Order: sequence, then structure tokens, then C-alpha cells
Amino acid sequence: MIQADAEILSVRRDGAYYHMSFAAPGIADGFRPGHFVAIAVDDAHILRRAFSIRSASTKAGGALQIIVSPKGPGTQWLVRRRAGDIINVIAPLGQPFRLPTEPVPCVLVGGGYGVAPLFELANQLRARGCGVEIIVGAGDAARLHGVVEARRVSDAVHVTTDDGSAGEQGRVTDPLRRILAEGRHPAVYACGPMAMLQAVSEVSAEFGAVAQCAVEESMACGVGVCMTCVLPVIGDDGVTRMVRSCTEGPVFFGDRVRWSDVGTVPADTLGSPEARDD
Amino acid sequence: MTDPRVTLAGVEFAGPAFTASGCAAAGKELAGFFDLTEIGGVVTKSIMMRPRSGRPTPRMVETPSGMLNSIGLQGPGIESFLANDLPWLAERGVAAVVSIAGETVEEYAQLARILRNEPDVKAIEVNISCPNVESRGQVFACDVMSASSVIHQVRRNTSSTVPIFAKLSPDVTSIAEIALSCHNAGADGFSMINTTLGMAIDTDTLRPILGGVTGGLSGPAIRPIAVRNVWQVHHVLPDVPILGMGGIATGEDALQFIAAGATAVSVGTMTFHDPSAPLRVQQELLGLLDERGFASVSEAVGVAHRGGLV
Ligand SMILES: Cc1cc2nc3c(=O)[nH]c(=O)nc-3n(C[C@H](O)[C@H](O)[C@H](O)COP(=O)(O)OP(=O)(O)OC[C@H]3O[C@@H](n4cnc5c(N)ncnc54)[C@H](O)[C@@H]3O)c2cc1C
Ligand SMILES: Cc1cc2nc3c(=O)[nH]c(=O)nc-3n(C[C@H](O)[C@H](O)[C@H](O)COP(=O)(O)O)c2cc1C
Ligand code: FES
Repeated sequence: MIQADAEILSVRRDGAYYHMSFAAPGIADGFRPGHFVAIAVDDAHILRRAFSIRSASTKAGGALQIIVSPKGPGTQWLVRRRAGDIINVIAPLGQPFRLPTEPVPCVLVGGGYGVAPLFELANQLRARGCGVEIIVGAGDAARLHGVVEARRVSDAVHVTTDDGSAGEQGRVTDPLRRILAEGRHPAVYACGPMAMLQAVSEVSAEFGAVAQCAVEESMACGVGVCMTCVLPVIGDDGVTRMVRSCTEGPVFFGDRVRWSDVGTVPADTLGSPEARDD
Repeated sequence: MTDPRVTLAGVEFAGPAFTASGCAAAGKELAGFFDLTEIGGVVTKSIMMRPRSGRPTPRMVETPSGMLNSIGLQGPGIESFLANDLPWLAERGVAAVVSIAGETVEEYAQLARILRNEPDVKAIEVNISCPNVESRGQVFACDVMSASSVIHQVRRNTSSTVPIFAKLSPDVTSIAEIALSCHNAGADGFSMINTTLGMAIDTDTLRPILGGVTGGLSGPAIRPIAVRNVWQVHHVLPDVPILGMGGIATGEDALQFIAAGATAVSVGTMTFHDPSAPLRVQQELLGLLDERGFASVSEAVGVAHRGGLV
């Protein structure tokens, strides 16, 4: 992990989102799909903003690409930057997606800007001989990202939108269900809103596929020191703990996250008020 | 060059800047950003007797020049801390200031007794900004009697070579009164300030944003409050060392605390912005002291009370 001042190489609008590329000497080498970058924004906002790394190129000293959805003041500030501006970045952070040891067919599911980490993941899976199908979903066509690139890096692409303005009308779990019903895909990778990740985990479990999900929890530090970004996760020992998504995640096995309990501390969590005897 | 070393209640530290409790975990995560042995030391997240899950999320809201947090003292408990975290710091020669927290006076006493056998504990910071379950959840730090009984018990159960620092809350009517009673109860120094209680409401749902409803405000937003508190305590107890904190982002900020009466400083929230902030602040502070002709940090402590630079 490296902290550096990075020069912005380009900011380009794409539907509801912005593509951003910045020089990141030394960072690209350590990048694996699922890693994120924490970016300092304007002086008025102390906390860094987290973004999935979309791709990293080692050419010309190294550069990172991210997709930014301008949501609040920090992300809006970021998309107003121009080539040549300097931003302070820390990357690569977090635990990346784990790749299968065997060349098995995989399904990748991205919701909204959540497809960002999936392109490079698809490349790496295919380099290992894995078949790759990608499901790209969003609320509407404007928030659909990366369909063209998804086609380039996969064997098949399925598009869904909630309102039917692009692809089939419905949820990403509709095509996921059809694909998994073929009984050939043991591995599912997902990134997107929490509700989508929960649904993907449930459908995957139904068909006996292992889902890995990159979660998005509000973060203050991004490096593991503040305990802001926690969610209830079941450990190897069967015990639920409030686990940091910045250091132990953002990628978790879907069947380990207690999706319905996110935002709460379940009573049987290690150290929960109910579990303490005093 | 200004001598970076500082002495707090008889214990020497390599530099005048420390991490702040709860803003550096137990140090490990920051080691990738800077050499922890260069700063004064690591003040650990407050440790309790048992593992603790903390509060539900959301635990954080960003606010103008600061943030609110309601972490709820999530931590692994003292046993795991002693097995994993303290040895990690000690093996690397990092000075460990162990912060402890409890829900009863006896829990603090128990923690002190356990730490008594640990030679690697350089000092103890007693986080008394916790609800006292034996007094209808009244925060220890906000009541003279409960604050001093905790400090008394921790002092009684701690080796005389290990100083104890009472971590004071600004949410009191008279910080000087609390400080005096803690000092009488045996506090060797003060860490101040802890966060000040705040709240934020989501204007779409019209509900409190934080899972814990209220939260502690930290960051530059509270800096003037912190400087004032340090000033007031140093005024009544000029010989008692203070570890000053509250929104320190730069060496200039830190210098304000030193001039107001702090002997050293902790950098908390700004570590989230810049993980190497504790070391950077220390270097900037030493540079400023040097420019102003101070041979040591201690020469500048409380200088604002003595008419400033003459
Ligand atoms: C691992 C990870 C990967 C992410 N990847 C992307 C991505 O590829 N593209 C993208 O556009 N966004 C991504 N996000 C979400 C992005 O970090 C937030 O939208 C952004 O921080 C909001 O900042 P703001 O100033 O616009 O909003 P504000 O609401 O003003 O943010 C205030 C504070 O809350 C935090 N925060 C608010 N919303 C979120 C959120 N949804 N997730 C995390 N922190 C939040 C911010 O970091 C900031 O500290 C990711 C988040 C995480 C945790
Ligand atoms: C996320 C967070 C967690 C904290 N946890 C603790 C804690 O466990 N014990 C404690 O004594 N203070 C805790 N504090 C308070 C800080 O140590 C410090 O007193 C306060 O934040 C003011 O300093 P700052 O503005 O530099 O952060 C915490 C602060 C923050 C922001
Ligand atoms: S964001 Fe601070 S611990 Fe994860």
C-alpha cells in the first residue's frame, strides 16, 4: 500500500458517471481486482473517499482508473478536477477477490458503478482458462456502466435495468438464476449495492455456487484504524463478529455476511450487549 | 535543533506527538505509513475487560471540519490485547500508552491489576468518558465523585513507575474542578480533550443518522474548545503534564496546545485524512519550536500563560 500525490491524467463523463485516470507510480504493480483506493478530497472534507480500482496499467510509470458517481460534495469535487490536477491517494487497499485454482466457469455480477472491478477480474479469470459471463445491471440506462467493455472481456453479457430502458427489465438475479440453473458455474463474483449483494448471495447459495461479494460500507479511515466500516460476518469458527470491511473486506464470501443484520449488532455477535453477562 | 524528547510524569518519550486513542487501533495498521518509534508513542484504542462488539452502523457522519462517531468502544478485550497487540508494539520498540475503559469502577481496577504485570506499558490513559452502569449511565468524566473514584482505584492498582493520565471530557461545567479532583485522586497527568457530544439528523428520513443516535464530535471543529480546556487546566495545575488533543492537523495547531500548557500532543481524526499525520505534525512542531528558539519542548509548555515570546 502506497500513499502518493497523483497527477490526474483524464476525467471523462460517461452517462451518470465519470471515468477518472491518474498517474500512480508503484501502485499498479500491487493491484488485484477488488482492491480499492482512498482519495483525499477538498480541504473542507477531512475524510477520504473510497473507490474500486477499475484497472491499473503499469505502462508509463503506472496509472489507475476509477469510475466515480458524483453523489455528495466529495465525489462532486472529484469529478470537477481536470487533467494535471494533483490528488492524494492511498492504494491498493483491502482484500481482493480470490481466484479459483481450477479453470471453472464464473459469473460476474455488477450493479451500477459496481461493475468497476469486474473487467480486470474477467481478464484474470480468462487468463486462467475460466469461462466468464457478466451480468450488468442498473436502475436505468444512464446508470448502466461498461456494457461494451464487458463484451470485450467475457464470453457473454446479460444486461438488466429496473425500468427496462436497456436490456431486459428486471433484476440482475433474473439472468443469474437462469445461468446457475445450467448447473455449470461454481463461482459467482459480485459488486454493487448491498441489497443486490444479498440477493446474489442467496441465489448463489440456492444453486450451491460460492459467491464473493465486494461490499460498500461507509468508511472514515479506509486503513483499519477507526472501526467505522464494520458489518456482521461469520468467522471460520462459526462466531459472528463485527468485521472491518476496509481491511478484512471489501470482498467477503456471500454466505458469511449476515446480510439481513447489516446495520445492527446481532444478539449472538461476539461482545454484543446481549452476549455480555454484566 | 529543538530536542524532540519529552518527559511526561517521569517517563521519557522520543517525541512530542502521539497517536490518539481510537484513531490508531493498536498501531499495526499505521506502521505501513511511518516509523512508529519516531513519534512519542502509540495510545491504543481503549481496552476493556471483555471483547466488545460496539454499536450498530452507521457509526460515522462527516460534519463541517470534523466528524461524529459512535463506535461504542469495539475491541477484542484485554486478554487478546495482551496476547497480540502489546507484544507487537514492544517487539518493535514502540512506546505503548495503554488506554483503558470500563463500565464500573471495579472494571477499571481489574484492568489496572492486569496491566501491573506488563513491563511494556509505558503509561496508562484512563478513558473515563464511558457510561457508569452503576450510576444510571452517567458518564464518569462528568461527575467529580465517579471520575475521582476511578482514578483512585487505577492509581492504587498501578505500579508507581507507570504514570496514569486521566482522559478528560469537555462536556462538563468546570474542567478545572474535574481536573483538580482527579489530580487529588492520584492522576499523574491529563489527556484532553475527548470528543464532545453531538448529533446529526438525516433530512430525508428525519431520523438520527448514527446507529448510536448521538456521537462524539472530533476534528478541527473542536480545536478551539480543546485549546481553551488545556489552558484552563494548566492554569490551575501548571506542574501537571497534559497530553493535548482535539483537531490537531498541523504543527501550528500543536504549537497552540503546547503554548496553552500541553507537554505533548495526540493526533486523532486527522490520521484518517493522512495516516502519517502524527509524524508530520511532530516534525512541523519541532521545526516551529526551533524557529522560535526553544531548545526543548518543555521550555515552550504553557508559554502563553507567561506572556508569550518576549
Ligand atoms: C470499497 C468501496 C468501493 C467503492 N467504489 C466506488 C466506485 O467505484 N465508484 C463510486 O462512485 N463510489 C464508490 N464507493 C462509494 C463512495 O466511496 C462514496 O459514494 C463516496 O465516499 C461518497 O462521498 P461524497 O462526498 O460524495 O458523499 P458524502 O455523503 O458527503 O460522504 C460523507 C462521508 O461518508 C462516506 N460515505 C458516504 N457514502 C458512502 C458510501 N456509499 N460508501 C462508502 N463511504 C461513504 C464518505 O467516504 C465520506 O467520508 C465505494 C465505497 C467503498 C467503501
Ligand atoms: C473514531 C474515533 C474513536 C475514538 N475512540 C476513542 C477511544 O476508544 N478512547 C478514547 O479515550 N478516545 C477515543 N476517541 C477520542 C480521541 O482519542 C480524541 O480524544 C478526540 O477525537 C479529539 O482529538 P482529534 O480531534 O484529534 O480526533 C475516538 C475518536 C474517534 C474520532
Ligand atoms: S474505515 Fe476505518 S476501520 Fe475501516
